[in-house]
Formats: sequence, structure tokens, C-alpha cells
Amino acid sequence: MSPYTFKSVLTLLVTATLAMSSAHLAFADDDDDDHERGKDDWFESRQAPVVNAIYSEECGSCHMAYQPGLLPPQAWARIMTPDALIDHYGDDASLSEELRAEISAFLGTNATHVSQQMIPGGASNPSATSGGLPRITESAEFKDEHDEIPARLVTGNPEVNSFSQCNACHQKAAEGNYDERWIDIPGHGPWRD
Amino acid sequence: MKRHLATALLSASTLILPATPWAADPAAGAAGWVKEYPQADGSKPRSCTTCHGRDLTQPGQHANTGKVIEPLAPSVNPQRLTDAAKIEKWLRRNCRWTIGRECTADEKADFIAYIKTQ
Repeated sequence: MSPYTFKSVLTLLVTATLAMSSAHLAFADDDDDDHERGKDDWFESRQAPVVNAIYSEECGSCHMAYQPGLLPPQAWARIMTPDALIDHYGDDASLSEELRAEISAFLGTNATHVSQQMIPGGASNPSATSGGLPRITESAEFKDEHDEIPARLVTGNPEVNSFSQCNACHQKAAEGNYDERWIDIPGHGPWRD
Repeated sequence: MKRHLATALLSASTLILPATPWAADPAAGAAGWVKEYPQADGSKPRSCTTCHGRDLTQPGQHANTGKVIEPLAPSVNPQRLTDAAKIEKWLRRNCRWTIGRECTADEKADFIAYIKTQ
């Protein structure tokens, strides 16, 4: 490799690193804004967008690809064991070992990072289901955010059916944006606390 | 002479080629598609149509999550049946979830043969 090429590669690397750092800073600023507005809780914060193509394809083909930060790493680990995937909330979501390992690594890494950043005091309630798999909808944070919503608007609403269908009401859930201004409950409309 | 050679070649190829490609039966696949299987856990009986519907040129809907499933018919969705790993994965999962066991090689071949005709 000529010294010239080496220099170009180095410049590129440095530029890329700087760009990534600024992106991170911008993200952090966003959080600060949220805190200033008194919106420092979990669901009104933005979740980091899902960026793993394999995760999006494999998990997103059946349901919204929930952001890794919505559960702590130990919860994802339980969900991603081979046995748990065979009975995945009543469905068979078994994966080849290669894909399973890739997705587990992605979830584990991002869960740790995001939950520490987003949830004061660390992890949400990892477990809650008696003997079953962890559920985002059973975390204390989730319940706190949704406890005033009448069941008829969700479980009794054929266009929603379940609290697990984040994107039925949160118009930008897939992008990790759970901000109240993007809530539109089918057959009901916006929701204001 | 030429004609004899052609006949000989034709007979030979019939003997040599494995029978498998002709064993796949779209009609059997179609019958399997709508067959309902009772569920041990008390949930509603399932068939392939539970999520994919009867008309493969139309979208389906995941029974639990409601997520739209793109049509399976290659005639309207040319991406279908082009990725062997995907075919294996979904046949394994969906046979287990619907029938309660993995499908045999023949059953899988029949399903694929049926889907191909749609």
C-alpha cells in the first residue's frame, strides 16, 4: 500500500469517527432537551432506531422490531435461548444457530447501552410473567405509561388488539419515537395525558 | 438412425433421472393447505390459511400479531421461492406451529409445488 493510500484511509477513518461522535452528541442533546421539558421518562424518550438488518428481517417479519432498549439485556437473553424461540409467546420463531447468535449479540449490546442511558436506575422489571418469557408490556415503566388507557381502546379495539402492537397507536414506534404527539389510537384519535 | 439414437437417449434419461421432481404433487399441496389441525393447548384449530389465507395472490395476516404477510404466489410476488434458506426456515417453523411437527420431505415438496402454481 502506498503512503498516499494509507493517508487517505486514515483520513477517512478519522472523519468517520468524528461524524459518529457528533451524531452521538446530537442524540445526547436530544435527551437533555427532553429532560428540560420534564419528559425524562422512558416511553416519551426516543429509543435508538433499530439498525441491524438481520434483526429487522428475522423478527420484523412477524411483528414490529421492538427497539433493543425496551428490555434489559438479561430479558433478551432469556427470550433468545433456542428453547424459548421454539415457543415464542405461543409461536415458533426458531432460528438457525448463526442467526440466533447474531441477533442475540445485537440485542444484548444495545439493550445494555440504551437501558442504562434511558432508564434511571437501570433495568426495567425484567420479568414479570410467572414462569413465562419477559414482556415489555409487563415492565413497571410500561404499565406506568399506559395505566390510564381504557382496555376498550386497546384489547377491545379490533384495530389494536393488544398492548404489544406498539405501532398500532404510536405512529412512529418503528422509528423509536414514542412521543405523545405521535399517538393516534385507531377509532379514537390522539391521546393526551 | 438418428431417430433410434433419440429414442435411446430419451429412455436412458428417464431411467437415470431421479423420480423426485415428478413426485411433488400440487394437488396434494393444495389439500394440505386448507387442512385444519386441532391444537393440543386448546387454541383454535390451525391451517396454512390461518395466516396466509386461501387465495395466495392476496396478502395474509399473522394470526397473533396481525402483521400483514405479503402474498405467497410467485405470480404476484416474484421474490417468493427464490431463497432456499428462507423456504426451509418458514416450512420448519410453520409446520411445527400449525401441524405440531416438522413436515416430511414429500409434504414440503407438495406445498412448494402448489405455491409455484399460484
